[in-house]
Amino acid sequence: MEQVAQAAPGARRSGKRGKVKTLNQGYWRRYWVFYAMMAPGLLVMLVNNYIPMLGTTIAFKNIRLASRSFFTDFWNSPWVGWDNFRYLFTTSDAWLITRNTVAYNAVFIVLNLIIGVAFALMFHNMRNRLAAKVHQTLMFLPYFLSMVIVAYLVYGFLHPDIGIMNRVVLPLFGAEPRMWYQDTTWWPLILPLVNTWKSIGYYAIFYLAAIIGIDQEYYEAAHIDGASKWKQVWSITVPLIRPIIIILTLLQIGRIFYADFGLFFQVTQNSGALYDKTLIIDTYVYQGFLVTGNIGMSAAAGIYQAVVGFVLVFLSNLFVRRISKDDALF
Amino acid sequence: MATTATATGTAGKRRFDVNQISSGSNAAINVFFWIYSAFCVLPLLLVIAVSLSDEKSVLIGGYKLWPEQFSLGAYDFLLNDYAAILKSYGVSIFVTVVGTVIALAIMAMYAYPISRKDFKHHGLFSFLVFFTILFNAGLVPFYITYKQGLGLYNSMFALMLPFFVQGFFVIVLRTFFSNSIPTALMESAKIDGAGEFRVFWQIVMPLSLPVLASVGLLCTLNYWNDWFLSLLFIREDGPMSIQFRMYRTLLDIQFLSSNTQAYSAIMKANPNFTIPGETARMAMAVVGIGPIIFVYPFLQRYFIQGLTVGAVKG
Repeated sequence: MEQVAQAAPGARRSGKRGKVKTLNQGYWRRYWVFYAMMAPGLLVMLVNNYIPMLGTTIAFKNIRLASRSFFTDFWNSPWVGWDNFRYLFTTSDAWLITRNTVAYNAVFIVLNLIIGVAFALMFHNMRNRLAAKVHQTLMFLPYFLSMVIVAYLVYGFLHPDIGIMNRVVLPLFGAEPRMWYQDTTWWPLILPLVNTWKSIGYYAIFYLAAIIGIDQEYYEAAHIDGASKWKQVWSITVPLIRPIIIILTLLQIGRIFYADFGLFFQVTQNSGALYDKTLIIDTYVYQGFLVTGNIGMSAAAGIYQAVVGFVLVFLSNLFVRRISKDDALF
Repeated sequence: MATTATATGTAGKRRFDVNQISSGSNAAINVFFWIYSAFCVLPLLLVIAVSLSDEKSVLIGGYKLWPEQFSLGAYDFLLNDYAAILKSYGVSIFVTVVGTVIALAIMAMYAYPISRKDFKHHGLFSFLVFFTILFNAGLVPFYITYKQGLGLYNSMFALMLPFFVQGFFVIVLRTFFSNSIPTALMESAKIDGAGEFRVFWQIVMPLSLPVLASVGLLCTLNYWNDWFLSLLFIREDGPMSIQFRMYRTLLDIQFLSSNTQAYSAIMKANPNFTIPGETARMAMAVVGIGPIIFVYPFLQRYFIQGLTVGAVKG
């Protein structure tokens, strides 16, 4: 090829150009339909994701609602630089919502990991496969319920007058009834409990899928060598599912700045008395924006979440990529 | 995740295994799981039991796992004004069915081109999807775009559009298209003169039914269980989905009814009538839990397939 190109560079180049052109025509004739197929998706993403991204500039403005059109207001409002962020971080709110979001998510991640793997191991070792299947199905049930229903179920227990806790459980221990929706004391326990109850079926089944993929011969060999069942778990099962454990956990860590809005909004019934222990970034933004009407500050909190969240997702993905390229997002 | 299919297929009989756990541990695990499974189901039984109880006995005796005094009063009360609930069911079903079908179509049509390595811009358009997962503009600009920009307030479309493209699912679909559809098959169709869209519609889609089922079911679940979009965009006079009506009912029993006239009519007929607040509320929850509870055991397999692919990939 090179020799030919050197021998007649001019002729070769023009020939190549001609070829590229015909290729291009063929390319469009063949592939135009791909662009048409993607058009609806692009349009939806434009509206749902990309235009709102431009809208984040709202956090750098001091919006005054004066006219009927929001866009006129937006246009006429003065740029205020980092003022909204400065206000946000001078209040104690910024610290409170960050602490709650990260701390709850950290607890959720640890519980999902430990209980999820433990349940999966137990499922795997149950002798009766049918029983294992029945329990899997029952345990998966809460995953399918909406947060509104979960809120109803929790309300059945925490109702101040006639709930199960105040009527049945606390009297058993001789304790006084509590105003559950006014009293923050037990919420750092209730929320992880509800979250685990709802999602553990999913994590257990997920880890179980990984365990089932392990070659049976490892266990047979270990058994012949006299390894106990307990030893087999620690020396075969756990090391072999470690990549999947690490990946799942990293992906959750990447999303540690985003909390489950429904859990914190519905299950607590958005009770203001509980905010000290239940307000997270997502509910703070909602509350500030749609209830209090403090657009600038909630937009600033939103950007704070988006940017830190972006960095965390990005980093976690980098780590995942190091472990298993296939499981990385990009 | 070639292993996922086997996760659900364990019900079959296993050969006798010398390497199984001792009977003692097996019994312990069984007992533990029976207790835990009970805790998964009991809250639902509580709701059902309360909904079937007599209002007065509940107010005096508290919520009980077994009704002290059976009564269908709560359901009777719901039936009095069934129009509102029926309408909410209609909204939920419409949004779920139409939303899922459109979302699947849009996402599959987007995922297919970016799964083709011979398509010149597959990298760029893949990135556009990835970036929506990475960076989330947040609630404030999203809300303003919808309400002020598109005027989508108090309309059912506002409940559907946000889930039309979910980066997560697009990537699941893309992965399936590029890994599980044999290239030779597409090549031969092209040699026979089929255009790209025809290849997609008549060859790729039928072969992708498993993944379409998984993603479709996850979409269905998202739509059916959603109340957040209603919270943002729907007023009381708008299309209230069943979840949203349940949410409003939890806060205020009055939301069971669409019009106050129904109440005054009842009050006129029977001045001693009191709203069976507690039991009716729980009856509403039972009605709202609705179909999903009966369907999920059968659809579990597809859900698990979708979940296990999706979680790792996104």
